[in-house]
Amino acid sequence: MTKYATVLGISDEGAPVDRKSGFFTAIRKDKKASFGLIMLSVFVFFALFASWVSPHDPTAMDFDMMLPPSWEFPLGTDDLGRDLLSRIIHGTQISLFVGVTTVVIALVLGLIMGVAAGYFGGWIDMVIMRYIDLLWAFPNFIIAVYLVAVFGAGLLNVIVAISLAFLDDFARIARSMVLIIKEEQYISAARVSGASDFRIMWRHILPNAAAPIIVQATVCVSYAILGEATLSFLGLGVESETPTWGLILADGRSFISRAWWLGIFPGVAIMLTVLSINFLGDGLRDYLDVREVKDV
Amino acid sequence: MYQYLIRRTFGALVVMFAVATLVFIMLRLVPGDPIAAMLYDVGDPAAIEEIRRNLGLDRPIYVQYGIWLGNALQGDFGNSIYGSRVEVSRLLLEALPRTLSIASISFVVAIVIAIPAGLIAATRRNTGADYAVTLIAFIGLSMPDFWLAILLIIVFAANLHWLPAIGYVPLSEGFWPWFSHLILPSIAVGTAFSAIVARMIRSSMLEVLNMDYMRVARSKGLSEMTLVWSHAFPNALIPVVTVIGIAFALLMSGAVVVENVFAIKGLGRLLIQGILNRDYPVVQGAILVVSAIFVFSNLLVDVLYSFIDPRIRYGS
Repeated sequence: MTKYATVLGISDEGAPVDRKSGFFTAIRKDKKASFGLIMLSVFVFFALFASWVSPHDPTAMDFDMMLPPSWEFPLGTDDLGRDLLSRIIHGTQISLFVGVTTVVIALVLGLIMGVAAGYFGGWIDMVIMRYIDLLWAFPNFIIAVYLVAVFGAGLLNVIVAISLAFLDDFARIARSMVLIIKEEQYISAARVSGASDFRIMWRHILPNAAAPIIVQATVCVSYAILGEATLSFLGLGVESETPTWGLILADGRSFISRAWWLGIFPGVAIMLTVLSINFLGDGLRDYLDVREVKDV
Repeated sequence: MYQYLIRRTFGALVVMFAVATLVFIMLRLVPGDPIAAMLYDVGDPAAIEEIRRNLGLDRPIYVQYGIWLGNALQGDFGNSIYGSRVEVSRLLLEALPRTLSIASISFVVAIVIAIPAGLIAATRRNTGADYAVTLIAFIGLSMPDFWLAILLIIVFAANLHWLPAIGYVPLSEGFWPWFSHLILPSIAVGTAFSAIVARMIRSSMLEVLNMDYMRVARSKGLSEMTLVWSHAFPNALIPVVTVIGIAFALLMSGAVVVENVFAIKGLGRLLIQGILNRDYPVVQGAILVVSAIFVFSNLLVDVLYSFIDPRIRYGS
């Protein structure tokens, strides 16, 4: 009981949200979620079209060092005369990329482990759960730091470290969902009608376990983005040529008493991204009617 | 109960043993030789070989493991291979009170903010105050702690000059010098946790306020104050106590990060600097101590639950 994860069950109460009218209608009625969706779309747009959107080259150095925000440099320049806005826009790419890829990897591996453990039980369950329990004893961020300590810094290692750190969250949810669903009559029916183990897991159990897993995945993207930013800030992340939000903050840290914008705007970008994902996750949770047993 | 205690303690020891073994194995599998890194400008193979022998790195790996484990059990984690080669145990002993100070003060900060915020949000549900608390809690959860630390330095140290920007002063040099260096780090660490607790208190209060016994209490004509404080709040606290269990995990990992912003040489700074310098003895020692704190505080919290809420029965 140590982690800020959502361990979930499907509530049997009626859905509070009108689900018939579809996802986007429901999101539009939810102010927080629509803000989240719009904000996130903006960042995704920035990430996809970074080179077109940014006013300057993010790596071009100039003699315009540490200029305060102006028309030419809307968020000011850093200690090497690089345009902060362009750097932040390019930073969106790494943040979203790491956020999404780590969660996809953690999701796939975690689901395989969790579903296998819950479905087969016995020694498979025991071996997998001992490993999961070991990870569960530590906060995700600390696990990521430990793994970076072993693998070394760098983008690929950060992705591996963060996805391994999140794996247990998905495995736990998947396993507990499988244990609930396994007892349903339609699973017995499928088995009697001759469906294979794989087919039962893939076609009958996973779709019914999807809701809490989708919500958890959304929340995890925001944690992964925070994790990447923190690792990069500490110097354990991406190499220094790539502008990432954590690195931009780390570079600017020594100059914040003279150039406040270097300490403020990259953080605003991180916060807005994470906030919009959290808002969206909250909306999804209401929409999919996932009951939280433990709040985040 | 005793059976449960023994089983959990044994489990915690097994986890620690597993962590120790994994740390030992993994740090020896890494590419990049610490000795080579240390002597990269010497480049003398004979000198490197001699240092290897002195550090026992030329022996078979299981012998190294046995020696290492035996030493670690006695609190001897070897010497730092970087700089003045201080004993790792000394570094850890110096770092521990710093990290624990930050973690405990940030816990107090978080609770002091969270309880009133959560209560206000719950008792004034769907008013401006409720929305404000919810929104601020969302923002608090979405802010990276190290960025909040930078913001606090910009405002309170660089511009207002109210508090010191970096460093640590031990408690032995007076309460205020010690405390003033810890205020900003503790706020930076505690904010995310206070957001979690405030949301927890709100939802748990809302649940309790709908209970039948609350209706009975209200129909007896009790004042709103008595209702909230002596009937609702104590009952709403039980699920909140569960979340305190994650407090340690969250505050410790927050401290690990934020120490680096405030240049406080706690466990986190030791760990991160060790990783950056490839100072393996320091990394190993820091990982083991940080892990031990997590494992045994989890154990402590789980055991405390059964005392706080007698309805929880373990091991039956």
